[in-house]
Amino acid sequence: MNAIAHAAVLDGVVKRFGATIALDRVGLAIEPAKVTALLGPNGAGKTTAISLWLGLAQPDAGRVELLGDVPRRLATRRRVGVMMQGATLPDTLRVRELLRLTASYYPQPRPLEELATLTGIGALLPRLYGKLSAGQQRRVQFALAICGNPELLFLDEPTTGLDVEARQSLWSVVRSLVRDGCAVLLTTHYLEEAEALADRVAVLIRGRIATAGTLDAIRSQCMRRRIRCVSVLSAEQIGRWPHVSEATRRDGRLQLVVDVAEPVVRRLLAEDAALSDLEVSAAGLAEAFVQITREAA
Amino acid sequence: MYSEISSVPQVVTSRTANSARVSSLRILALEAHAECLRLLRAPAFSVPVIGFPFMFYVLFGIMLGPRHADPATMRGLVATFVVFGVMAPGLFGLGVTLALDRERGLLELKRALPMPAGIYLAAKVATAMIFSTIVSTLLLVTALTLGRVALELVQCSLLLLLALLGVVPFCALGLLVGTLTKGQAAAAVINLIYLPMSFLSGVFMPLSVLPHLVAQLAPLWPAYHLRELAMGIVGADAGAHLGSHVLSLTAMTTVFFAVARRRLQRKG
Repeated sequence: MNAIAHAAVLDGVVKRFGATIALDRVGLAIEPAKVTALLGPNGAGKTTAISLWLGLAQPDAGRVELLGDVPRRLATRRRVGVMMQGATLPDTLRVRELLRLTASYYPQPRPLEELATLTGIGALLPRLYGKLSAGQQRRVQFALAICGNPELLFLDEPTTGLDVEARQSLWSVVRSLVRDGCAVLLTTHYLEEAEALADRVAVLIRGRIATAGTLDAIRSQCMRRRIRCVSVLSAEQIGRWPHVSEATRRDGRLQLVVDVAEPVVRRLLAEDAALSDLEVSAAGLAEAFVQITREAA
Repeated sequence: MYSEISSVPQVVTSRTANSARVSSLRILALEAHAECLRLLRAPAFSVPVIGFPFMFYVLFGIMLGPRHADPATMRGLVATFVVFGVMAPGLFGLGVTLALDRERGLLELKRALPMPAGIYLAAKVATAMIFSTIVSTLLLVTALTLGRVALELVQCSLLLLLALLGVVPFCALGLLVGTLTKGQAAAAVINLIYLPMSFLSGVFMPLSVLPHLVAQLAPLWPAYHLRELAMGIVGADAGAHLGSHVLSLTAMTTVFFAVARRRLQRKG
């Protein structure tokens, strides 16, 4: 029995490519039975982080740990599943052949039929990979990633090219894997995907972890609220109020961005008795992400 | 140091994986099977690699071949075409597929997957051996039936063995090209090696009719040594320095593989 505190760890990791620093003293952990989402703009270092965990690259400094072990050990990698963003499988092999081949790498693979049902690719089994649509190919790649019953799953942009229905069915499989104890690292451009799946979020910007924690922690880190209402008060005037960082008028509606909503709402109602259509919204992850990116830039 | 590790880490017990066994031999067999299917279903590969040596032999060895030639010359022709047929599966089978796999990220995915070290290349070499054996068998059956060439069972068996092992130096050379080029560029580069090598190493034309310098440089091509060994088997040529030819091929193979391996480790 092998007890581990973290499914995978990057500890003070530095990775350079020539003069470019891809990862700069990055500390990041993937927790067991949780989805960790790694967000960041293109070129932030997300794929480099995955490459280090998979042993495809070596760090220039720091420690990389995979299931309590070094990444390159075969026995360790047999407990890991991976769906890579840039990999094209051979066009002239059938889906069934690809699955059987990949399953042979693992000690306890999922039965083929069970895997096909789980990932909804039953009808694709006899077809040539090259003849599938981009979305169908992504589904096959996902099936390959989970065919070995992994304890740790790396999903690099898993739902790119999938329609809404296919995306949601992939999410539901990921949730069921996590319920069974699988740890997942997810990189994605779809913020709603991170919101739908992730227990923890880390934002990587230019090789550094800009912020990390639970979704709620990141939300509270970005405490800003958006207030919308119909009011006769002038935007310029409100812009000078305490707690208000932005005030604009769009289509006859006031739009405010504030640090704390309550005192501003109280004052709005006090100064304009006819105020209507009041709406206060918490900053979603999308907004938080934009804010984090802007602040780190 | 960790910016996002919680102070009280959740401890779970990992599953008891690895209790079942993974067979490297089974992986190799499945991988080679998949590689064979992949290439057989790609007509741009399978048609020239299997079809051309057969077509050329029927055309130049049988239909337009020397009439009333002595049996030794006929056997020499078969041996020559076997060598020609052995070159392509190694050069194209490894070179082009490796270059494509590198370009398409498949090599990186295979490295990320828990495939035992060496299986990826071993499967490609095994596939080249299978193709090389298919090509040679086709040539020998054609020679024995259509060509009525007098070949003994031992000679046929040795030629097949030569085809099986003789493909390895070309695999190594193909591998090297595959690490130097990406995608379809590999096919162009390999053609630039394959066709000149067929002529300049004495496979298609006797060295005696080639310019002196070309004839002197012929031993630099692996095809030259393989042809000498094939000629030795059918007794049509001296086939004397058997040991030195085997040694030359082994040395070339070792160098090509070593350089390719170094490049693969560095560049991927």
